[in-house]
Amino acid sequence: MSSSDTPDTDVTEAEAVEVDELREGVVARLREVLGDGVVEHHIVPNCDVWIRIRPDAWQAAASSVRYTLGARQFGFLSAIDWQPSPWRRYMDSEVDKAVHGDEPKPLPEMTTGYAGGETRFQVFARVANIIEHWGVTLKVDAGDTDPAVDTWTKVYAGADWHERETWEMFGVRFEGHPFLRNIYLPSGFEGNPLRKDYPLLSRFTKPWPGIVDVEPMPGTDEEPSSEEGA
Amino acid sequence: MTAVSDRQKLAYLAGQAADARVNVELETEGMVLNIGPQHPATHGTLRIVARLDGEQVVQAEPIMGYMHRGYEKLTEVRTYAQITALINRIDWVGSFANEVPFILAAERLMGIEAPPRAQWIRTILFEMGRMANIILFLGDMGIQVGALTPMFYAFRDREFILNQIEAVTGGRFHPNFDRIGGLKDDLPKGWIEDSHTAMAKVREICDIMEDVLLGAEIFEARTRGVGVIPPDVAMQFGLSGANARASGIDWDLRRDTDVGLPYGQVDWKVWTHPDGDSFARYWVRLQETREASLIVDQLLDTIPSGPVMAKVPRIIKVPEGEAYVATENPLGEMGFYVVSKGDLNPFRVKIKTASFNNLSITPWLLRGVYVPDIITILGSLYFILGDLDR
Amino acid sequence: MTPLLALDPAYWQVTTLKGILALVVVPTTAAIIAFVFLFKFVSFMHNRLGPMEAGPHGSLQLLAEAGRFLQKEDLAPEQADKRIFRWAPIVVMVATFLIYVVIPAGPNAVIEDLPGGIYYVLAIASLSVLGILMAGWASANKYALLGALRAAGQLIAYELPMVLAVLGVVIQAGTINMQGIVAAQMGDGAEIFGLPIIGNPYILTQFVGMLIFITAIQAELSQTPFDMPVAESEIVGGYMVEYTGTRFLLFFLAEFSSAFAFAAIAATLFLGGWALPHAWGIPYGAMHVLGPFVLLAKTMAFALIIFWVRFTFPRLREDQLQKFAWKVLIPVALANIMLTAVLKVVF
Repeated sequence: MSSSDTPDTDVTEAEAVEVDELREGVVARLREVLGDGVVEHHIVPNCDVWIRIRPDAWQAAASSVRYTLGARQFGFLSAIDWQPSPWRRYMDSEVDKAVHGDEPKPLPEMTTGYAGGETRFQVFARVANIIEHWGVTLKVDAGDTDPAVDTWTKVYAGADWHERETWEMFGVRFEGHPFLRNIYLPSGFEGNPLRKDYPLLSRFTKPWPGIVDVEPMPGTDEEPSSEEGA
Repeated sequence: MTAVSDRQKLAYLAGQAADARVNVELETEGMVLNIGPQHPATHGTLRIVARLDGEQVVQAEPIMGYMHRGYEKLTEVRTYAQITALINRIDWVGSFANEVPFILAAERLMGIEAPPRAQWIRTILFEMGRMANIILFLGDMGIQVGALTPMFYAFRDREFILNQIEAVTGGRFHPNFDRIGGLKDDLPKGWIEDSHTAMAKVREICDIMEDVLLGAEIFEARTRGVGVIPPDVAMQFGLSGANARASGIDWDLRRDTDVGLPYGQVDWKVWTHPDGDSFARYWVRLQETREASLIVDQLLDTIPSGPVMAKVPRIIKVPEGEAYVATENPLGEMGFYVVSKGDLNPFRVKIKTASFNNLSITPWLLRGVYVPDIITILGSLYFILGDLDR
Repeated sequence: MTPLLALDPAYWQVTTLKGILALVVVPTTAAIIAFVFLFKFVSFMHNRLGPMEAGPHGSLQLLAEAGRFLQKEDLAPEQADKRIFRWAPIVVMVATFLIYVVIPAGPNAVIEDLPGGIYYVLAIASLSVLGILMAGWASANKYALLGALRAAGQLIAYELPMVLAVLGVVIQAGTINMQGIVAAQMGDGAEIFGLPIIGNPYILTQFVGMLIFITAIQAELSQTPFDMPVAESEIVGGYMVEYTGTRFLLFFLAEFSSAFAFAAIAATLFLGGWALPHAWGIPYGAMHVLGPFVLLAKTMAFALIIFWVRFTFPRLREDQLQKFAWKVLIPVALANIMLTAVLKVVF
């Protein structure tokens, strides 16, 4: 769902979507500083902006966005594992098998989100400019196996703990981080829990009882049923 | 609202420097002190390993994760309604406030807008969660510096707000009341008048706390000039909420972002303080509580009538997309980055909690302070373990 | 009263009686103070009721607590220095007992009317510091050590203002004997501004001295705002953190009976102790019975101040404590002494 770089594509849509000048300006200014480093961007008008950065420009992007664009407020930094989970929703109760059927289905294709992406792991970070009132999500491809990106700690000191969390949860190495170690999990923990191929063990130790509606939808008088639903 | 004078700042620094010189001269060996994970002062199971030289901290580092429940992994296998029940427990004192950013993110992805009455009631309950949370802080800060009595007053007066939240939602701390498209139920009869009374009580307890603690000389002596965070450092570390505003940063997500909640239709004020010390953080939170009660009073008088739930499909499959919504929660900026693939459950939810950023400043901040000041600073930064560890 | 006085008991009988009296008085006073102030007074301040179950309005709660502590297991940390660990609470308790020796509760109701009355008290008060240091060091616990070191600094620092405040009273009374100080305030010829109607309680002339003394007592008893040694939200019990059971009970009792003892001394020094003004014309014999009650009332008044302050204020940090003692209290106390001495000579 990533749009191309020019805003013309948006205007040709069925609804007249206005051009978000503030955010277009942000993208333009970043492109001025980084040039080729900005790979793609995606704007949801009057809402938010996503910018994908080339991996070797990640640290330069940090300083540009902090000093040149004035986004001094650090939000967070984390990662996404775009590979679909081989266990899907761990549905293994009788109720759900009756709904889904029992045959194994093929894994869906790996797709990435706004502003695209080429590798399995993507590191993303959020910073905000609190004077001009905008925030931007910067994304960067980290790699398929053994993901690694540059560290942001030299620009935003707060990224220290966020990078440590990303390291332990996804296994993404941050080059130049002063001391990359576990933050939530005990040292010596094996595995990276938030990776999609790391199973959610509680679903294996105790089978999911199935989706059962315990309250009817608000505004209706329906009886609760055990169909697949919210 | 006097700032710490330069002379006082110099005196504090000179005292620390003198102590450090003595420690070096005597060639004392540092002592490693373990504060927590079981400790009355650390708001839960947080462990701080401090290397002390006499009574001064040379290096302090928090070690967390004793309460890590793996929320981000759990959300990948739960439907949106189930996640709402789960995330109530992130900031367990802020009750309703936890659900709001997530529901708003899901609504943004779905393109649904909740009806005005639902937005109004959401905001009222949100502010009530804020008041419940911060009044606990107001009493708790007293305990951190040694005054036991204000905490009892704070807990007594919090009950009025919690009763109101319970009257609407059925739950004091984990209401699980927000739904995509609106709220679960409408208000009960007589709730608006009772809430006005509760707001008057909130203003009363704020006045009491201002008298008992802010006015106490000893409290000022313990908190002025302690744990000063310059605004630039605060922004670098991502401090949000009252911690940022106490350093002079004029930033409030209620005023500066538009997520559909009716803050723009209410006459209210953002409080900041230039000092950035523990006193400032306490002061800002106290004023914010009072301001929240004024906001709720105005909102109660202008609730529009109408449905509390928009038309949503029976089976909620959120369309493909990504959305990040952050709101001004009691502890700071809480945001949910929801990545959806058009399925019943989200693909990835990144929960950005305020306490994580707020606490990440402590290794920088705690260098060279005295042991009692560790407790004061941690108390003034105000984090909740559920928010920190998720 | 005469039949009693005709008994003429032997010295050893009198001594045994006095010893038993001391043993009984200490836990009783601790119990009174703990119940009235720690259970009920603070509860009312906190908008709650306090213990209500054990006995009428919870008055027997302390008995229940004592029983609870007595039946606990006798634990000591593994790396603790066991002998010093065991002796520390006993040292503190002995210091408390020794203070009670000179407090007069009536014309003859004093365990031993030492000639060096108040001087003896001030000397003995330092003994408890030793016990605290022993407890902190022998506990093999860093929190305990921190608490003990803070206590050492604080208690030594605040003894000086206490001594200097008392000195003003001594100059005015002309004697350091406790009964003598009582007589100087309320006895025959005691008058203020020529009016003998209220005697000459030194609270009026030594008001500054009294304030300093009360502040110093607050610090000596490690009560907030000077409770850094036992700062509960930081070092969780300070030097007492590793003590359980009977040993903790000894510390607990020592704390509260010291509070009573110091309040009684303050009452004796500044309000006239067990005596009522001579001008009221109460027969001497009646004071044998009334004396203890009068002393109790005056002591509770001072204890009220101590505990009211305790439950209201936050605590001062150690360096602020020390600054306050050395830079504020001691100079003021010295000025008070000089003024008293000058006025004593002049008038």
